[in-house]
This record gives sequence, C-alpha cells and structure tokens, in this order.
Amino acid sequence: MAETTPAAEPQDATPNVSDVEVADVNSETEAVAALDAPVERGEPILQVRNLVKHFPLTQGIVIKRQIGAVKAVDGISFDLYQGETLGIVGESGCGKSTVAKLLMNLERATSGEVFYKGQDITRLSGRALKAVRRNIQMIFQDPYTSLNPRMTVGDIIGEPYDIHPEVAPKGDRRRRVQELLDVVGLNPEYINRYPHQFSGGQRQRIGIARGLALNPEVIICDEPVSALDVSVQAQVINLMERLQDEFNLSYIFIAHDLSIVRHISDRVGVMYLGKMAEIGSDEQIYEHPTHPYTQALLSAVPVPDPEAREQRERIILTGDVPSPANPPSGCRFRTRCWKAQDKCAEEVPLLAIPERFKGADTPAAHESACHFAEEKDVVHA
Amino acid sequence: MTIIDPTDAAPASLSGDGKGKGPLLDVRDLHVEFQTRDGVVKAVNGVNYSVNSGETLAVLGESGSGKSVTAQAIMGILDMPPARIPQGEIRFYGEDMLTMSAEERRKLRGARIAMIFQDALSALNPVLSVGFQLGEMFRVHQGMSRKEAKAKAIELMDRVKIPAAAARVNDYPHQFSGGMRQRIMIAMALALEPDLIIADEPTTALDVTVQAQVMDLLAELQREYQMGLILITHDLGVVADVADKIAVMYAGRIVETAPVHELYKRPAHPYTRGLLDSIPRLDQKGQELYAIKGLPPNLLKVPSGCAFNPRCEKAQDICRTDRPPLVPVTEADGSELPGRASACHFWKETIHG
Repeated sequence: MAETTPAAEPQDATPNVSDVEVADVNSETEAVAALDAPVERGEPILQVRNLVKHFPLTQGIVIKRQIGAVKAVDGISFDLYQGETLGIVGESGCGKSTVAKLLMNLERATSGEVFYKGQDITRLSGRALKAVRRNIQMIFQDPYTSLNPRMTVGDIIGEPYDIHPEVAPKGDRRRRVQELLDVVGLNPEYINRYPHQFSGGQRQRIGIARGLALNPEVIICDEPVSALDVSVQAQVINLMERLQDEFNLSYIFIAHDLSIVRHISDRVGVMYLGKMAEIGSDEQIYEHPTHPYTQALLSAVPVPDPEAREQRERIILTGDVPSPANPPSGCRFRTRCWKAQDKCAEEVPLLAIPERFKGADTPAAHESACHFAEEKDVVHA
Repeated sequence: MTIIDPTDAAPASLSGDGKGKGPLLDVRDLHVEFQTRDGVVKAVNGVNYSVNSGETLAVLGESGSGKSVTAQAIMGILDMPPARIPQGEIRFYGEDMLTMSAEERRKLRGARIAMIFQDALSALNPVLSVGFQLGEMFRVHQGMSRKEAKAKAIELMDRVKIPAAAARVNDYPHQFSGGMRQRIMIAMALALEPDLIIADEPTTALDVTVQAQVMDLLAELQREYQMGLILITHDLGVVADVADKIAVMYAGRIVETAPVHELYKRPAHPYTRGLLDSIPRLDQKGQELYAIKGLPPNLLKVPSGCAFNPRCEKAQDICRTDRPPLVPVTEADGSELPGRASACHFWKETIHG
C-alpha cells in the first residue's frame, strides 16, 4: 500500500487497472458494462489523482470578477482498496467534506481525476454518471436534517429505487425496504413511521439503510457518528463494521474523532488545509507518525484515563488554521509548526516516503509530506 | 484581581465574608419538570451535588440525562412555564436561590455565577460587536461608561489570549474563528470575576487542537481566580483532563459520583462501566466495540425501578421494582471511599467483581 507514491508521479498513476481501459465518454454502453465487473479484494476500487477543487471568490454584482479562490482541496491523491476502510481526519475547514462531495460528483472538480474501476468519473454526465452513482453512496453527518420529515421511512429508504428502477421491480420494493430495516437493526414494522418518531441513533440507521438500498460497492461516510451520543455511537460503529463484512463494502470514513477513525479504519489519511499531510496504515499513523501535524493532532486527543493523561506529552498548537483562500507558501502547516525552517516557506513538501526512511523496514516508512519528517510516538506515554 | 472588587456587585447578604462557610454551591434534591402536551416530562428527579471554590465538578451524561437542565436551573434561566421546580434547594453560600426575588437573582447572574454556552456562534449576538457585548457586563452591572467598558473589554480579550485585542474589539462574532469565539464566551463569563462558572459543553463544537487550547485556558483561569467550575459534558476524555470529581447522570438522576481517578479505575455503576467500555481508544485497536444496548429512556415514561434496567446486563427483578438510592461506596473490607457513591443495587459486584 505504501509503495505507490502517487503524488510524486501522478501521470502514470493508474497502473493496476489496465484490464479496464479508461473509458471513452462517448462509448457509454461500454462504460456502464465495465462498472459491473467485480473488483478483487485488495485491488484499488477508487483511485484519486491530484484532485483539486477551488471555489472562486468574486467581486462585483453586475460585472463579476474573480479575485481569488478558496483552495478547499488542492491536489490530493489516494487509493481506496476493495473491502477496506480508509479514514480521513483533519480539522474543520481542511477540505475533508469537499473530498466527499467530489467523490460523489456532487461538486465538479476543478482538475484532477477520480477513477472508479478505471473510469474517470469527474468528467461523466448523464446515464454514465447515474450508473456510477448507484455504486457509490453516501451517509451523512446529521441524521436530523438528512431525512425528509414529510416522508415515511419506507419512502425514504425506497426513494433510490425510483431513480434506479432496474434494481428492484415495483412490486418488490416494500419487501426490500423491510429487509433493509431488518439489516440495520430496526423493526420492519416501522416502515410507515416518520423520521421524528425515531431517536438520533435510529435515524442514522435509516440513513445507512438508504445508503445500502442500491447494493453499492463504496460508501462515503461523512462524520456518520459525530452527532450521536457516546453509547449509541458504539452501536452504529459496530453496525457499520458488520455491514462491511456482510456486503463486502469499501468505506471512506471521514471524521474528526481520531479514536473512532482508528477503531474502524485499515488505513488513515490526515488532511491539512486541502492537502494530504500523511497517509498510511492505522498502525503507521497512530503508532509511528512522522508528520508534525499528525503528532500534534494525536497528542491533543483527550484520553479517558487520568493517569495515562498526566504522563503523556502534549503538543498544543498555537493559533488557528490559516484561511484556505490565502494559504501559506511552501508547507501549509509551517505557520503553526515548531520545526519550521526557511526551507518550509520556500518548498512545498511532497507526499512521499521520507528520504531517511526509504528502503528501511520500519513502520515509519510511509508517505508523509514533511521536509523534516521524524518519528515520534505521542499516543503512548 | 485587578478588574473589580467582587463584593461591590453582590447583595449585602452574600458579601465576601460568606466564603468558607460550607460549599460554594449546594444543590439539594432538585426536581425540574416540564409541562408538555403529551404529559409531564420529569427532566431532573432529585439531584444532589456541591462545588467548592477552586474545585471542578464534571457532570457527565448523554443527551436527555438532565445535565443541562440542572445547570439552567442553577443559573435561573429556565423558561417557567413550561418548566417547574416542584421541590429542591439550590444553595449559594448557604442561601437558597430558589426563594430569592427575581431582582436578587438577576444581580447574582453574571456577577457571581456565570455560564459558558456550547455554541458560541448562536450565543453571541451577530449584530453587535464583541467589544460591545463584553462591555455590556460592566455597563449593566457596574454602570460604567461606554468608553470605560470598552477598555475593560480589551483587557478581557487580552486575558483570554486573543491576539491583537485592541484592534479586534470592534469586530463582529462572524469575523472570529470557532476557538476565538469560545474564548470570547469565556471572557464574558469571567468579566465580573464570578465565584462559580458553569460551562455547558464548552468544547464540543471545536476541533481537538483548539479544544486542547480552550480547556487549558479555562483551567488556567480557574486556578488564577480560584473559581468553582461545573463542567457539563458527554466526553469522558475531556473530563479526565480537568475534573476533580465527577457526577454521572442518567434519566434525571445522579447514578454515580466519584473522584476522577477512582471513577476511571473502578466504576461502581454498570452505566458508567458501559460508557467507559464503549469509547474507542487511541492507543489500542480492539475487535468489536462494547455497546450499551437500547436507547436512553423517554422521559415521559421513565422505566420503573432503576431507570437503566432495560439496558443493563446485570438487571434482576429487584432492579425493575425498586429504585436504588444513591448509597456510599466502600472498599471490599468496609473501609470508606470518600466522595464515592453509586445508585445500583449491585454496586458491590460492579466495583469489586
């Protein structure tokens, strides 16, 4: 997983999918057929290459001029492998939710590619896009606003079938919805109830059932448990893990709670101000972080154990995240970094295995975008 | 203590010499209920706790456990009706605030007891500058002029470490980041150097790095002013950092109290144990998370007996019929454990077994 270095060589970065040719947008039928091809476990199902999203800042009412751009996502690359969970963590405003929207093609990428089974979905539209969307579904953060209060649970979970009628024939839908309710641990008799009759945890289960309705292969979860109570969070996390095994799903799990991300993820990417700071397996990131931002983030997590707490070293960052409209030159983290030197202001560090760890057989040898990458265990005392 | 002499703002009966007589705040058998169309919601059912000067009490609980309602009752900011306080006492320096007149309570609020709210963006007025809102404390409570109040506001913003305070005093809340807004909330609570601060989920809306900054600031200011602090939260991690003692609430009752180290080491209530087991840990990757089954109870119909019994693995018949009182917890050999109590019929098995 760590041996590919997509940031360094973005051009030839889709090596594993040669069997599925990057589809010509004109030959839509071919493209749709390619989507049904199964992906082996451990093969990449989603490949993101140099993804960029800039939101323009304009001035003037009649004559609009662009005066700048909010660089929400500024060139990130990663792979999602079949059957795994990739966690994405970062502070608010680092662009993690924008990544989710770009992967769903809810926002048009400014540049860069997202390959789903070898097909670039950022350029798709119409029928081909609809076919892709069937396979990539999303679970939203707030179970209170992501369900229409005027629709019954049956209508909410069954709505995807209106858009993709080929998945379930009309007469079969009610039974399927009841099955889905059962799968997510809700009573199938609740099919005619409305969202307000459910608690937060139950609503999130409804959201998950809706996400599962079309038998997707990839589910993008944007902060799926952060609005829930502690005791209910664990239930929903366990449910998501069970469903992953049962339906062979690949998750992108976006969250700001590092403990939960560690629990559910196989690999973790740390984002800062639109860039990926560090990416690796959960052990590499949590036990052997090499990027100072990851180290600071981990050390700031409150630990529910007062004794371990007192022994741990804490790195408290000063200040706030700079504005993504005007990010610092060079390394974006340098304004808050205690290691920053002149080089950091001049050169943008690439996301690659740091020079000093190259070839070495240590868990620290994973991709990290820092000129002065150094291993430091901050989780253990 | 440069800002003011706190005794100036206080009613005569509560002047500084009240200090040292028992706890700063003593809540006794507090009940709060809400009249709704569907019936009476019993949000708080007999809560007891006390806080001393310089002490931090963490009140831990899920949504609907009554932790925020208790705090609002102490502040006297409950809407009555629909809320009602059928019984109980809230003693501040020994005097029951529930029997005071509205005017007396208004004088205490802000000056002696202050509150920090969870969501700083909605707690601050968006159309007034932060300097004006901070200065309001001094104008209303102390009759200062606008100019003096603004100078005080700058001083306060400096104190909570907002960079370039003098330049930013005329900025509006939306011009500040989440962490800075929370600092302004803290500054506002500190303005009149109260004896007690109630912080209701002060860092829930913040990122971890900013959360650490804000909690550090709060702890530092508390030490400096020797204030009592009630920290309301659902995050066991935050509590471990700053609290001296903890009260765990469930369905409007306190189910366990303990000094902070003791609680994490040996919980004496199955609910506390479940909560501790259900949080994923940063330093270990377990298999399946332990999850407390079921849902928090509907406060319109709290289960009979122990409110936690439908979700409890240890529940027996007695749990469904008799409500367990909050009893002191002792060592296996009977020696006392100061500050510890549990409302479980089987606390002995839970803590020692």
